[in-house]
Amino acid sequence: MDAKVTNKKLGLKPRYQTMTRDLGWTTSYQYMDKVFPYDKYEGIKIHDWDNWEDPFRLTMEAYWKYQGEKEKKLYAVIDAFAQNNGQLGVADARYINALKLFVQGVSPLEYCAHRGFAHVGRHFTGVGARVAAQMQSIDELRHYQTQIHTISNYNKYFDGMHNSNHWFDRVWYLSVPKSFFEDAMSGGPFEFLVAISFSFEYVLTNLLFVPFMSGAAHNGDMSTVTFGFSAQSDESRHMTLGIECIKFLLEQDPANVPIVQRWIDKWFWRGYRLLTLVAMMQDYMLPKRVMSWKEAWEMYAESNGGALFKDLERYGIRPPKGWQDACEGKDHISHQAWNTFYTYNAAAPFHTWTPNPEEMDWLSEKYPDTFAQYYKPRFEYYGKKHQEGERFYNTTLPMLCQVCQIPMVFHEPGDPGSICYRETDHDGDKYHFCSDHCKEIFTNEPEKYVQAWLPVNQIYQGNCFPEGTDPTAPGFDPLAAVLDYYEMEVGRDNFDFADSQDRKNFREWNGGVEEEVSP
Amino acid sequence: MSNVFIAFQANEDSRPIVDSIVADNPLAEVVYSPGLVKIDAPNRLVIHRETIEQEVGRDFDLQEIHLNLVTLSGHIDEDDDQLTLSWGH
Repeated sequence: MDAKVTNKKLGLKPRYQTMTRDLGWTTSYQYMDKVFPYDKYEGIKIHDWDNWEDPFRLTMEAYWKYQGEKEKKLYAVIDAFAQNNGQLGVADARYINALKLFVQGVSPLEYCAHRGFAHVGRHFTGVGARVAAQMQSIDELRHYQTQIHTISNYNKYFDGMHNSNHWFDRVWYLSVPKSFFEDAMSGGPFEFLVAISFSFEYVLTNLLFVPFMSGAAHNGDMSTVTFGFSAQSDESRHMTLGIECIKFLLEQDPANVPIVQRWIDKWFWRGYRLLTLVAMMQDYMLPKRVMSWKEAWEMYAESNGGALFKDLERYGIRPPKGWQDACEGKDHISHQAWNTFYTYNAAAPFHTWTPNPEEMDWLSEKYPDTFAQYYKPRFEYYGKKHQEGERFYNTTLPMLCQVCQIPMVFHEPGDPGSICYRETDHDGDKYHFCSDHCKEIFTNEPEKYVQAWLPVNQIYQGNCFPEGTDPTAPGFDPLAAVLDYYEMEVGRDNFDFADSQDRKNFREWNGGVEEEVSP
Repeated sequence: MSNVFIAFQANEDSRPIVDSIVADNPLAEVVYSPGLVKIDAPNRLVIHRETIEQEVGRDFDLQEIHLNLVTLSGHIDEDDDQLTLSWGH
């Protein structure tokens, strides 16, 4: 047959439509509601899934091609980095501790995201949303793998990275990221999208991946900046999913607006609290600094988030309830977090230190209203005690917030001199919170949050000792038993940087060159 | 008026893309930080495939920008010939 075949390529929109929507169908052997049982109970009303606007119309063919190229670039950098002993070229060995926190607390979240999106990618009735979530699920698995592969080079040389999965499920501060994501994964599919795609990815994730990764580059860590930006190149698709899903939910039915608003209030605050760790990494753990947490917050949250919420006003959405308090916190949270880890460093598998005089000056300059007044004197005092041979370690376990699981270290809004405490009674028990916003999250869903696994409470209940431990034995040391349960190597993984094996090794491998470290 | 932005890894692949954006968006401002180039523009920013093709001297699939894209803001409208970021509908 000689009939001429017209082989005109479809445009982007119809091409994507054909490759995704046309894969869905209305089931006939089973009711659709039985096939997709989870996307009704949250109260979200969807009248027409066809109005779902696909974010970034990337077909599978294009997806594999571009992801393949990204991987080749990344692994070439990782190889070159390892072959050139790149780990010796970072600013100084203190920097490595930011990577420890990353692999302990951030990479496992990528894996949680992979699982979460795989779940919702099965459970939306609308095929457009399913495909977008499935592709994100694959991205997230890639992020977890590339981060593990990149950081494994550092693990050959430095302490505090070898046991991160074990720690993620047990160590006190890692319950903060773990409980954040498990909270999202145990919500319904729409709440998950508003929590992760919108509130976290769209509103907050730039704060983690952009200034911090730029900082990694500035500190000579070419492999981390490459995995960071390689992950972030997927992130812009995820952010678009976040904003498209919000618009879709708000346009489908006015009854969705209050439900979505409550989720935005909740998840903005949950995400903001989680980022306390990142604030500290940025201000204290990058020996060469790119920008302060405060500057990053102003650029990516205030200015960009402000534009976003102005845009969403037309749907009746207002900025999240915690917005004001979060903006006030930009002057404080990194210092409060570093103070906490410095004093609890006996129980944390990475190293801390007091900022050197030059770094104190930088912090005073970047935080003119708060650092010199509230925080510098404490660090100077700690430094002095350390020089006198009395490095301060707090051995009393702190009270934790029932919702964000962070110790009560945040100040009362408007009053930096006092700690913020809130409490409520539920079913005859008292529950404690770090803020009005965490308290409100609890009172909206007490049945969920009374089940929180709070590390400090669990330790006091005797659930965090190795099997067979006898707490009644004479001379029993509970803290040592907890560190044993954590499988931390005491004296290597924990304590001050100044006396660490990491520091000694790094100096030796670099031919004895001293770094600018206090004391 | 709010800004939209787009950021790329600072490398040789991104350079012609950034140049094209600057050519097509007279109000765009380019900010460099280590490893990163960020472009801000008031309210709207458009990327044209044709302009990039003139810069690189070959056919360019607009989705190639994904290889070095780091982040963006605003609503997105994308087809084979252009990608637009904007606020305000």
